[in-house]
Amino acid sequence: MSRSRFDIRAQPGFGFITLFTFFALYLPIAALVVYSFNGAESLSQWGGFSSRWFVAAWQNSAVQDAAIRSLVIALWAAGLATVAALMAALATTRTAPYRGQTLKYALINQPLMVPEIVTAVALLIVFSRIKVWTGYSGLGYLVLAHTAFCIPFAYLPIRARLESMDLTLERAAADLYATRWKTFRHVTLPLLRPAVIAGFMLAFVISLDDVVITEFVKSGGQDTLPTYMLGQLRRETTPEINAIATVFLALSTVLVVIFFFINRKKQ
Amino acid sequence: MNGAEQAAAAARKQDIRSRWLLSAPALLIIFVAAVGPLFVMLLYSFMVKGDYGDVKLGEFSLEGWTSVFFQRDIFDDTLGLADAHLSIIWRSIQLSFFTTVLTVILGFPTAYFIATRPPHTREIWVFLVTIPFWTNLLIRTFAMQQVIRNEGLLNNALMWLGVIKSPLQIMYTDTANLLGMTYVYLPLMVLPLYASIEKLDFRLVEAGYDLYATRFQVLRRIVIPLVRPGIVAGSILVFIPSLGAYVIPRVLGGGKNMMLGNLIEMQFGSGRNWPLGAAMSITLMVLVTVALIFYVRNASRGGAGHV
Amino acid sequence: MKMKWITTPAMTAVVAMAFANAASAAGELNIYNWGDYTNPELIKKFEQKYDVKVTVTDYDSNDTALAKVRAGGHGFDIVVPSANYVQIWVKEGLIEEARPDQMENFKNVDPRWVDVPWDPGRHYTVPWQWGLTGIGVNTSVYKGDINTSAIFLDPPPELVGKINVAPEMNDVLFATIKYFGGDWCTTDKDVLRKVRDKLVEAKTKWLAMDYSVTEKLPSGDYSAVYYWNGAIMRSRLKNPDIKMGYPKEGFPYFMDSVAIIKDAKNIENAKLFMNFIMDPENAALISAFAKYANGIKGSENFLPEDMKTAPELVVPAEYEAAGEFLQSCEPETQQLYTRIWTELQK
Repeated sequence: MSRSRFDIRAQPGFGFITLFTFFALYLPIAALVVYSFNGAESLSQWGGFSSRWFVAAWQNSAVQDAAIRSLVIALWAAGLATVAALMAALATTRTAPYRGQTLKYALINQPLMVPEIVTAVALLIVFSRIKVWTGYSGLGYLVLAHTAFCIPFAYLPIRARLESMDLTLERAAADLYATRWKTFRHVTLPLLRPAVIAGFMLAFVISLDDVVITEFVKSGGQDTLPTYMLGQLRRETTPEINAIATVFLALSTVLVVIFFFINRKKQ
Repeated sequence: MNGAEQAAAAARKQDIRSRWLLSAPALLIIFVAAVGPLFVMLLYSFMVKGDYGDVKLGEFSLEGWTSVFFQRDIFDDTLGLADAHLSIIWRSIQLSFFTTVLTVILGFPTAYFIATRPPHTREIWVFLVTIPFWTNLLIRTFAMQQVIRNEGLLNNALMWLGVIKSPLQIMYTDTANLLGMTYVYLPLMVLPLYASIEKLDFRLVEAGYDLYATRFQVLRRIVIPLVRPGIVAGSILVFIPSLGAYVIPRVLGGGKNMMLGNLIEMQFGSGRNWPLGAAMSITLMVLVTVALIFYVRNASRGGAGHV
Repeated sequence: MKMKWITTPAMTAVVAMAFANAASAAGELNIYNWGDYTNPELIKKFEQKYDVKVTVTDYDSNDTALAKVRAGGHGFDIVVPSANYVQIWVKEGLIEEARPDQMENFKNVDPRWVDVPWDPGRHYTVPWQWGLTGIGVNTSVYKGDINTSAIFLDPPPELVGKINVAPEMNDVLFATIKYFGGDWCTTDKDVLRKVRDKLVEAKTKWLAMDYSVTEKLPSGDYSAVYYWNGAIMRSRLKNPDIKMGYPKEGFPYFMDSVAIIKDAKNIENAKLFMNFIMDPENAALISAFAKYANGIKGSENFLPEDMKTAPELVVPAEYEAAGEFLQSCEPETQQLYTRIWTELQK
C-alpha cells in the first residue's frame, strides 16, 4: 500500500475488478464506434476508413425523426417516473409498517414482474379502445406506458438509499421549526441526490431501450429508434446503425455533460 | 385512553393518510398503464383462443391454464407434463440466476470503488457506468457480438496471446446469452448498489478494524450486511428482466433455444394462443411476486443490523 | 466544431418535425409496412405527384400487424400482409375490397399473379414483392448437390455446425414436411412424427436460427443457409462463392401484397397508391431497394443490371414446379405445428 495511513475504505482487488468492469463496458462500445467508420457494407469486415454511413444516416430522415422521438419520450417518461417514484419512496420507507404498505410495494414493482410482451398486448387492447373513443392518438400513450414501467427502476435506488438513511437530520430540522417542504427541500433532497440521479438515469436508459411495448402502443408515424431497428433486424444490418448509435452516443454524452455542469454551477 | 395517546394515534393516522397521498401519482400511473390492463389479460387467460390470434370473447375455457404445465402428447394423445414449457422455464431461471451472480461479482466491487472515491468525482463515475447504456439494447447486443464472435476481439486477443489455437465458439451458445445479459444488465446492479454503499457509515468499518478484523471479515460481517438493501434492489432489477429477456437469446443465442420471454412472445405471435400466453405470464408473475415478497421481508429484517 | 456537427442534425430534425405537421399537403397517407422494405424514393415520388404527405411506420411480423389493426385506433391506411395472411385479413373483415383489378395500371400485373389462391382475381390486394425460401451454400466449403433440403436436414459433414436456418416456423416446417413427401397443412401423424424427429436431430447440427445472413454467409461464419432468396443474392454479390439452391423436394414462395385497411381515413389516397405501384417504373423502385422481385410486367426494364439476370430471382424452369405458396392452415393444424416448433426450441 502506498499510503502511510491504513485506508479503512480500501478492499484488495476491488480496484482491479472495477478496471476490468469498465474495460468490459467500453470494449464493445469502442468496437461499435470504430466500425461506424467502416467503408465496407459489413458489420465485421473492415473495408477502410470512411464516413459514408454517417452521410447515409444524415440523409435518412426516418432515422432522425425516430431518434429525436426516442429522446423526447425518454426525457418525459424518466422525468415523470422519477418524481412519482421519489414521492412513493418517501411514502413507503422509514415508518412502522402500516396497512397496505406491502400492497403498495407490490404494485410499484409490478411492471417489473411481467414480461414486456404481456403488458404490450394488454396495453394494445386498452389503449386502442381509448384511441377510438377519444380520437387522440398522440405521443401521450407512449409517454404514459413508458412512465409506468420506468417507475420501479427509479424507485428502487431511491428506496434503497432512504432505507439506509435515518431520520435524525430531518427531525433536527423539524425541531428548528422548518416546514415539511423546507425540510424536504434543504435536508432530505440533498441527501437523496445521488439516488435520485441514479434513478433518473436508470429510468431514462430503460425508456430508450424499450422495443416491445412501444411496438404495440405506437400509432402511425410514431416509430422510435428501437422499433425502427427492430424492423431492420430481419433484413440487412449495415454499419449505418453503428453510425446512428455513435451519433446518439455522442449526443447523449453531450447532454449528460451539459446537465452535469449546470448542476455543478448551482451548487 | 389519555390525551397524549389519542394525539399520537391521530398523528399516526394523519401520517398514513399523507403517505397514501404522496404515493398516489405512482400508484395511479402504474394502475392505468400496467396493472389495470393486466386484468384484461387475466380475463383473456380464461377464454377460448381465437382462430387467428386474439380470443373469442365470452367463450370460457380453462385450457389456457392447464396447458401451461400439462399437455396431451402430440402423437399418442396421453396427458403428460408439458416438458417443452418446463425445460424452457428451467433454462430461463438458471441463466437469470447466473446472470445475477455475475453482475454481483462485477458490480459490487465497482459500486464500492465508486462510492469510496472523493465525493465530487463520484457522479462522474456513475455517468461513466451509464453512458454505454445510452445506446439502445439492440445496438448493445450487436456490439457484444463484435467482441465474442469467432473473428471477434476476444478470440483474436486470446489467439494472439497463444491461449487458444482455434477460435472458441461462444456465439449461439448459452454462454453467449449469459455474457450478453451480464453486459446488458450490469448497470442495473451497479446503480442501486452504489446508492446504498455511498451511504455506508465507515465508522462501523473502522470499529471493525479496531477489533482486529481482517479486510475480508469487515467486508463480510459489516459492509455486506449493511448494504443488503442495495444488493436486494440490484438483484431484483437484474433477475426479473433476465427472465423475460427476448432480444438477447434471439441475437446472441442464435434463436436456437428459447427463453421464457420468447416462449410467451410466440404465443401472442405465430403460435396464436393468447390464452396460453396470458396464463403463462400470470403464472410467472405470481411466482416472482411471491418470491419477491418473501425475499424483501427477509432481507429488510436481516438488514437491520442482524448479522 | 465537433459539437456543432453533432447538434446540427438534431436541430434540423426538431425544426423539421415542428414543421412537418404544418406542411400543407392536400392529403395524407399512412403506410404500415415491414421494416426497411419501403423505398424512400418511391415515397418521395408519390408525395410529389399527388401532393400527399406520406408516413411510413414499421412492423416486424404479420401477427403484430394483425393484432394492432384488429385492436383498432391505429390510424393506418395501408398494410402489406404476406400471402398466407391475406385470407385471415379478409375473413376478419379488416381489409377493404378496393377492386384494384379495375384500376388503370392493373394491366401491368403479370398474369401469373392475378388469379392467386389468397386473392382470386385481385379484388383486395396488389402485388408488392415476392420471393422464396431456398438454400444458400458457400461452394468453397461444399461442392455437392445443393438443390435439396438435405443441406440443412441431413447435412454433409463439411457443413455440420455451419448452418443457419431462418427462424420462421412455417417456412421450416414446409420444407421438412415436403422432404418426407407430405403436403402442407397435413395432419398425418406419421409424417409429423418424422418431421419432428428429423428437426430435433438436425438442429444439433445447426449453428444458428438467425436473421443476419447477408452479414455472416459472405463472411464465412455460416457455410449454408435455408433463407430468403433476396438475402442470398446480396450475399453472393459480396462473396461470389455463394450459390443459390432450390430444394427439389419442395420450397415455399412468399408474396407480400398491398391492401387497404377497412377503417382507413384516406381511402382515396390509398387507392392512388395502389395504382401508383402497379406502374412498372415505380414497381422497379420497390425491387431496387429491397432486392426482391415484384409482380409487374415491364419493371425489368427499370431494374439495376445485376438484378435482371440474378439466378436467385429467376427460378430455373426445372425447379419452378417444386415451389408452392404457403397457405394459411386450419387453426387446429397450426396449433399442432406450433407445438412441434416449441419442442424444437426447448
